[in-house]
Amino acid sequence: MNRVVITGIGIVSPVGCVIDEFWSALVEGRSGIRPIQAVATERLTTSSAAQVLGYDATAQFGRKQANSLDRFAQFAVSAARDAVKDAGLKIDEELAPQVATIVGSGAGGLNTLDDAYYRLYGENALTLHPLTIPRFMGNAAPSHVSLDLGLKGPAYSVASACASGAHAIGLAFQMVRSGSVPVAVAGGTEACLSVGTIKAWEALRILSNDTCRPFSKTRTGLVLGEGAAILVLEDRDRAVARGASPYAELRGFGMSSDAVDMLSPDPDGAARAIRAALQDARADLEDVDYVNAHGTGTTMNDRTEIGVLRSVFGAHSERLAISSNKGVLAHSLGAAGALEAAATALTLRDQIAPPTANFEVPDPECDLDVIPNTARPMPIRAAISNSFALGGLNAVLLFARA
Amino acid sequence: MQVLDDVKRIIARQISVPFDQLSPESRLEAIGIESLDVIEIIFALEEKFGIAIGFNANESAALAFETIGQIADEVQKLVAKKAPA
Repeated sequence: MNRVVITGIGIVSPVGCVIDEFWSALVEGRSGIRPIQAVATERLTTSSAAQVLGYDATAQFGRKQANSLDRFAQFAVSAARDAVKDAGLKIDEELAPQVATIVGSGAGGLNTLDDAYYRLYGENALTLHPLTIPRFMGNAAPSHVSLDLGLKGPAYSVASACASGAHAIGLAFQMVRSGSVPVAVAGGTEACLSVGTIKAWEALRILSNDTCRPFSKTRTGLVLGEGAAILVLEDRDRAVARGASPYAELRGFGMSSDAVDMLSPDPDGAARAIRAALQDARADLEDVDYVNAHGTGTTMNDRTEIGVLRSVFGAHSERLAISSNKGVLAHSLGAAGALEAAATALTLRDQIAPPTANFEVPDPECDLDVIPNTARPMPIRAAISNSFALGGLNAVLLFARA
Repeated sequence: MQVLDDVKRIIARQISVPFDQLSPESRLEAIGIESLDVIEIIFALEEKFGIAIGFNANESAALAFETIGQIADEVQKLVAKKAPA
């Protein structure tokens, strides 16, 4: 079995599209949650979201190509270009057929669907844009990434709601580890801030009208976000041979399904995914120093997740440093697991645990060390990143120092 | 009480139990109401009565409905508020 390292990262996020901007916002706890301005708000009761403001698709793609990509695919291609460049990867004729492309998205091209159906039902149009289908289909992201970069190996999309990005990276990890491909380009993307999608989330009655305050007693719920993160996963021997400098090693991947309830998280399902990741990495409980929590800022998630960490890690849970990135990034659904995997790789590189931002008052039912508001430089040997999706699908990635 | 009967009817349909088995004292958990049921029931009540029920699963001050009677009381209150005096 090959060892797998992260050699490249590409980011499109509400706090910047350059690694340093993204990482410094997370470390400083500077939130990207703002009043909604990208879409018409008069029919929304939700007032805030973490939007990728100032993203210029025309500058990235030119007018013609930008028009053929939904925003979720634009984000994925931008992030993938940056990740491959960051890795210093040269895609030549020999390598191209050996690079896998796996991109997660919870829902695909929602802006395209929203626009198309508004035209159809709202404006009584008789025809739709000819590229409606290729823009909105869920696999548009990996298709455009592979097309844009000339990646000709295995390629597909993954849909597991809030865990899509983590599942995509975990599956890519398994392919590189097994030797079926030497390199994979994997991550997640989501552009879900259309009026129709926000209304649909409002109907679930878990959105906050304030900001996202994970693990804080004063939490008011989930805030939607958007963005993308793509990682380059590479066989460690290959990376070392070409002189690449990895961010971190990906050591283990655990998956599970709750099979209990569509909306309420199940402690047993989450615990099984964490144990599976530990076992996959052959790691002991005491090896893990940091947890990048799912931490959505909903009462149900936060209390369940802390309880699960207590039950899985036992006495060691008191020594874990735990934080959620969602106070800064909000919840970008299918992109979240990938953005948080990127953050976890950077955590290991810099040996700094980013804080849980927007924290106000401790919740007695979340009484572990959740790193309130201030980052913590500390020795971090291994870290897990949790993603627990609506629908009960769980994915946990275990990273170690490169 | 008309509102109570409507609430009972909506809940009975949502979880497929006989109308007569439900009373104001019925505890939601005891009659098998799950996470999805709660938001669907609230949505059905809002549609039926043209009201907005302030329910967010996260706010600590959120209405915590435990019985059918509590839901009916809240609906009654909102309907009364809506009607011109």
